[in-house]
Amino acid sequence: MIWESLRELITPTTAAYALAAIGLNVHFGLTGLLNFGQAGFVAVGAYGFAVSVMTFGLSAPLAIVVALLLAVVYALLLGVPTLRLRADYLAIVTIASAEIIRFALNSSAFATWTGGANGLYNEYSDWLKGSNPLPSGLLSLGPWTFTANDLWIAVVDWVVVLLVAGGIRLLVRSPWGRVLKGIREDEHAMLSLGKNVNLYKLQALVLGGVIGAAAGILYVQPTSVQPFDFATRMTFNMYTMLILGGAATVFGPILGSMIFWVVMSVTDQLVSLGVDAGLLHDVTQGSQLRFVLVGVALVLLVVFRPQGILGNRTELSFDAK
Amino acid sequence: MIRFIKGALVTIVLLLVTGAPALAADDWGFRGLLRDGQRAPVAGATVTVSGDGGQIGQDVTDAKGRWAVIPVPGPGKYRITIKSADFSYEVTKELVDSPTTLHVQNVVVSTSDTAPAVASLTDRLAQRAVSGFNLGLLIAIAAIGLSLVFGTSRFTNFAHGESVTFGGLTGFLLAYVAGLPLLLAAAIATVLGGVFGYAQDVAFWRPLRRRGVSLVTLMIASIGISLAIRSLMQFFFGSAARSMTREDWGAVRLGPVVLPATSYAGMGISVVVLIGVGLWLTHSRIGKATRAISNNSALAATSGVDVDRIQRIVWVVAGGLAALSGVLLGVFNQVSFDMGFNLLLLMFAGVILGGLGTAFGTLAGSIVVGVCTEVLVLWIPADMKYVGGLAVLVIVLLVRPQGIFGRRERIG
Repeated sequence: MIWESLRELITPTTAAYALAAIGLNVHFGLTGLLNFGQAGFVAVGAYGFAVSVMTFGLSAPLAIVVALLLAVVYALLLGVPTLRLRADYLAIVTIASAEIIRFALNSSAFATWTGGANGLYNEYSDWLKGSNPLPSGLLSLGPWTFTANDLWIAVVDWVVVLLVAGGIRLLVRSPWGRVLKGIREDEHAMLSLGKNVNLYKLQALVLGGVIGAAAGILYVQPTSVQPFDFATRMTFNMYTMLILGGAATVFGPILGSMIFWVVMSVTDQLVSLGVDAGLLHDVTQGSQLRFVLVGVALVLLVVFRPQGILGNRTELSFDAK
Repeated sequence: MIRFIKGALVTIVLLLVTGAPALAADDWGFRGLLRDGQRAPVAGATVTVSGDGGQIGQDVTDAKGRWAVIPVPGPGKYRITIKSADFSYEVTKELVDSPTTLHVQNVVVSTSDTAPAVASLTDRLAQRAVSGFNLGLLIAIAAIGLSLVFGTSRFTNFAHGESVTFGGLTGFLLAYVAGLPLLLAAAIATVLGGVFGYAQDVAFWRPLRRRGVSLVTLMIASIGISLAIRSLMQFFFGSAARSMTREDWGAVRLGPVVLPATSYAGMGISVVVLIGVGLWLTHSRIGKATRAISNNSALAATSGVDVDRIQRIVWVVAGGLAALSGVLLGVFNQVSFDMGFNLLLLMFAGVILGGLGTAFGTLAGSIVVGVCTEVLVLWIPADMKYVGGLAVLVIVLLVRPQGIFGRRERIG
């Protein structure tokens, strides 16, 4: 059972969430922007890619470019009016916009393109599956067995995650990254140093959003596109993994995502046991209990260990007055 | 009009009872049944289905009054015309691509029906505007609690929507499950909502205030609490939406507007409560102390206001108001585990439109958002209903971020 759960360490979902959490980390951990709507960016990436390929027949590289450009436009739309206001406003506007996007994608009005509430079947990942160099059939890796496609998608996903994490590591240490940290710690000090604070914040919002959209593209490759996946729950899960792993650290989001999904898998199996033992009505109902756990964990983490596992309390000061 | 509503209800019930077994998943169309006033089948009538591009298909009712499936190309609005020697009827039906509706609709018509008069745009506008005003009042009741908590505890509580859901679900348990009269259930739910608000303060917010945690920590803690409570409610209540009560107070017609009597009662209660809260804030000692803390908490404390006690009272009031709003929303719409969370986003829109931290602004902003949400349904699909209200939020921030009544310094 535990081996089965540890499989989550390397699944594509874990990688996609890790990437989206890295994007959120650029907003929240690095710059101190309270983005409560990262799921919106992920949805823009996922649908931007899938619709470009399926409806407009674009090639995969072009579709990726379109999806990422859409995320840039979305970030500018969110950022320009709200970044000059108090932190609450960005939080409210991002969560509201993410829901606007989800309602629109879920609506029958655009069903010709988005599939409405049914979402989209996977007819867009041939580029990835076609380039699979692995021998077809079932492959075993340590104690786990994967299909060739799943393993290949996982490999590609983790390469992307590590490349982006490496890039963020360089950025954090660059003068640009130091300005972002400065904004997080004391916006007025940065203003008095002559930095254009709003411009830096906007750049951070765009960068984190584009990373989120890239995560959206990865997220839907092994599966279909389901509008319900992009609910606010997705963003809150990311906050939990980010603070668990360590906000403002480079590998915190990755570690957080890995632990998060292993724990979710373990609790999932506990729920199945509970259903078998007649304690729970069914698995859907049982899975609600897991999200109660996530919510409680988020509260406890942010209150008692805001620096998470990898973080440094003296560096990260969102807990300070 | 009422006759039409009854007719429509009968049709819907018949649709459910006769429920056509679906054809292959990709086939769309209409089939149906024609009867006379004594429910005997009517044969030999011509049924025509037409879309934007003109006639699509035709059939004649058989001896049992049935007409076979007339296929149509896909989802969309279609006009169905039924004609016999002495009867003519026309109705517009919509096929929607959703997992919960059938691809082939069964249309049951009686020759005693008269074609439903299509209400004029102004009539529908009036109907929607009154519904929107009703929704706006519900948003306002809940949003004032949000705004008071923001003023006294200094953070945006993302778990406020769950207090609304708490009210809705408690009301459902009391009114539907336990069968109490609706008004009594509403009163008890409001009181329990106050207790729920108090419990939240004691369990989470007071300990956090004592620790002196930052604004950002409080907001993230509030999304965690929101997720935990919402999932817990989904665990117990399930994902389906249900009606609040078995009571039927009938419908009331005022000019072109027809609403259930419960909605008018809800609006009356809302107005009384809002006036009461307004007077409480401006005239009572505690209300004045609340506003003093919102303005300057340190100054209020040095003037002898017991800040901790006032904060506690505000949590109770906010919880009670949210629960009342939840009960009324459950009557206005339906009860579901995420009703409060959806309302929360409209509350944000109302609060920001009115100007963060202004009570009168919150009221005005909420009503504008409620009316926009309902009226826009005339032009946008109903499943995008909330998009209208939320779009207002984004536009306001672009054009006038301090809101209608806010002062500029509050937003910096």
